[in-house]
Amino acid sequence: MKAKAFAYPYIFWMALFVVAPILIIVVYAFTSSTGSLTLDNFTSMGGSYLTVFGRSFLLAFIATAICLLIGYPVAHALAKEKSRLQGMIVMIIMLPMWMNFLLRTYSWMSILENTGLLNRFFAAIGLFDLINAISGFINNTFGTHLSTDLEYFEMINTQGAVVLGMVYNYLPFMILPIYSVILKIDSSYLEAARDLGAPPRTVFRKVVFPLSLSGVLSGITMVFVPAVSTFVISDLLGGAKIMLLGNLIQMQFLGGTYNPHLGSAIALVMMIVVIICMTIMNKFGAEEEQAVMF
Amino acid sequence: MSKELIRLKDVSMTFDGDTVLDNMNIYFNDKEFLTLLGPSGCGKTTTLRIIGGFLVPTSGDVFFDGVRINDVPPYLRQVNTVFQKYALFPHLNVYDNVAFGLRIPKSVDEGGTDINSESSGRGKRKKSKKVKLSKDEIDQRVQEMLEVVSLKGFEKRTVSSLSGGQQQRVAIARALVNRPKVLLLDEPLGALDMRLRKDMQQELKRIQQQMGITFIYVTHDQEEALAMSDTVVVMNNGKIQQIGTPEDIYNEPKNAFVADFIGESNIVDGIMRADRLVEIFGRQFQCVDSGFEKDEPVDVVIRPEDVDIVDVTQGALTGLVTSVTFKGMHYDIIVDFKGFKWLIETTDFCPVGSHIGIKLDPDSFHVMKKSEYSGMYGDYSSYSAEYDEISDAEYQEEESVDEEEYYES
Repeated sequence: MKAKAFAYPYIFWMALFVVAPILIIVVYAFTSSTGSLTLDNFTSMGGSYLTVFGRSFLLAFIATAICLLIGYPVAHALAKEKSRLQGMIVMIIMLPMWMNFLLRTYSWMSILENTGLLNRFFAAIGLFDLINAISGFINNTFGTHLSTDLEYFEMINTQGAVVLGMVYNYLPFMILPIYSVILKIDSSYLEAARDLGAPPRTVFRKVVFPLSLSGVLSGITMVFVPAVSTFVISDLLGGAKIMLLGNLIQMQFLGGTYNPHLGSAIALVMMIVVIICMTIMNKFGAEEEQAVMF
Repeated sequence: MSKELIRLKDVSMTFDGDTVLDNMNIYFNDKEFLTLLGPSGCGKTTTLRIIGGFLVPTSGDVFFDGVRINDVPPYLRQVNTVFQKYALFPHLNVYDNVAFGLRIPKSVDEGGTDINSESSGRGKRKKSKKVKLSKDEIDQRVQEMLEVVSLKGFEKRTVSSLSGGQQQRVAIARALVNRPKVLLLDEPLGALDMRLRKDMQQELKRIQQQMGITFIYVTHDQEEALAMSDTVVVMNNGKIQQIGTPEDIYNEPKNAFVADFIGESNIVDGIMRADRLVEIFGRQFQCVDSGFEKDEPVDVVIRPEDVDIVDVTQGALTGLVTSVTFKGMHYDIIVDFKGFKWLIETTDFCPVGSHIGIKLDPDSFHVMKKSEYSGMYGDYSSYSAEYDEISDAEYQEEESVDEEEYYES
């Protein structure tokens, strides 16, 4: 009974700083600047807003998929390593997360810029000269008009750069939950599967993967949700061209188009869409656990 | 018994310089119920894991049906295992657990699912086509097996909703449904309570006879071993101490370790004065053993139930009763003979402090050659403490430590 009392501060905290703000957002979303009840905030979200919604979810989805594709094999391999090596690798995976988030993203800026590290490296090894020469050769031979004055690859301010930033920043959130779930799978299950005639691949497909699904689901959640609402990554690596929901909302509160009511409405819609996505996925996941078996 | 199925030849196993199996030679016959019996750490589980394919022996060879299978991975062996903690798949229900092995496509050569005995070797394995059982056949075999283990109607239950005994049955069904030639059982009854254990012993024996396949059973429980087995292999420190029928092992133990491990034994130093004449405590007794050198020092086993209590005046030996324990069917009494304490089972009540005499028939002596275990067992001076140890179920923790060692290696 006493132990319960220690939870009260957090419950109070939650009520004050989680529940209350959400309620405030809801109130804001359904009112106008004069304070009257209205749906205008929602109905005004059309056209370009939809593009931003679509882009945000698409980029977050791509980033999550890439994180999963990279993260699962890493987590799986990691869980099989000797425990001392495991600790070291986990530490290396965690290490960037101890660095400031902004700083990390800024450094990608200086890498990807037109005059950034990567482009200078390409120039230094003569990659652009080579491409220009080839283009020139093709132009001469076939009479085409390929440009021959390539000086840099345009990497910054592209959707690719934004996805890269998301993957880079959120990959550990995919690896760690999967890793810890795989680590906990009792090795006797694997032995039993082998004993029953399953070759290594089948052991993975029928035992390891289904048993690690809970880790996969929490990994997806932990990557997708922050990725869909980020504004720093898209701001720094996407520039003005690649506007995401996060930027849109930020603008309504801090930017030139100050309109917290609209901002709240956007935030609310995003939250609902995310919740729907997660619910569907969790349901799908729960069934998958059975379905994978057949 | 019938033909030989598995043979371990000069098999040794070392973990980090620790010898767990020491040059083991043993064969297993077809359709036999064989038990590997010994205290924890004796190498019995290691032996089982070598046969299952989970461990590759440091040296020596494993033969299955005459073919060396050292390098055959577990999933290609015609052997299935019932694991100590069952290892039922938690994400599958009872039906899917049992059907697990059947749903895996198997390579089939001319001799049915016989891959291991296929002497033409590995090259051919890749060419042989994979065969998948039809849904109906799987269903039929699963139902059949659930019937055998009396779990009809449990198909849709989750594994975690089953009792220990039911989980045990699922584990057995899951292994047997694949129709292995050999079933390996690693202390399968260890986690069950006493009564369930007795029932399952009967059950296992019945299943073994019904299926007509080889069971290799690992246990530390000598009663279990005697009750179920055709052949008992007593092991200690990675070495086989004795192989024989339960009767042989009990009546004719080879050394003091076996005598002490199987049942209760009073083991005293003796001297063979002649064939069929043994001397203990300075007195000569008729016995039935022969073939020893004259005046050879020996270990003499006298089972507690073979001692007759008589009046002090008529006893060949006389002693002082120091402790009495009521065991239901009989009393266990500890009797001090010149400083050496014997355990005697008797139906007559002898109060503590009374002097009694004992009479020993010739066939109550079993004479053994001296061994490395001489003098280590068979004295009941610390009787009560020893009884506590026997009744404790502490073996499980020890075993799991063993297991961890295996996984690391």
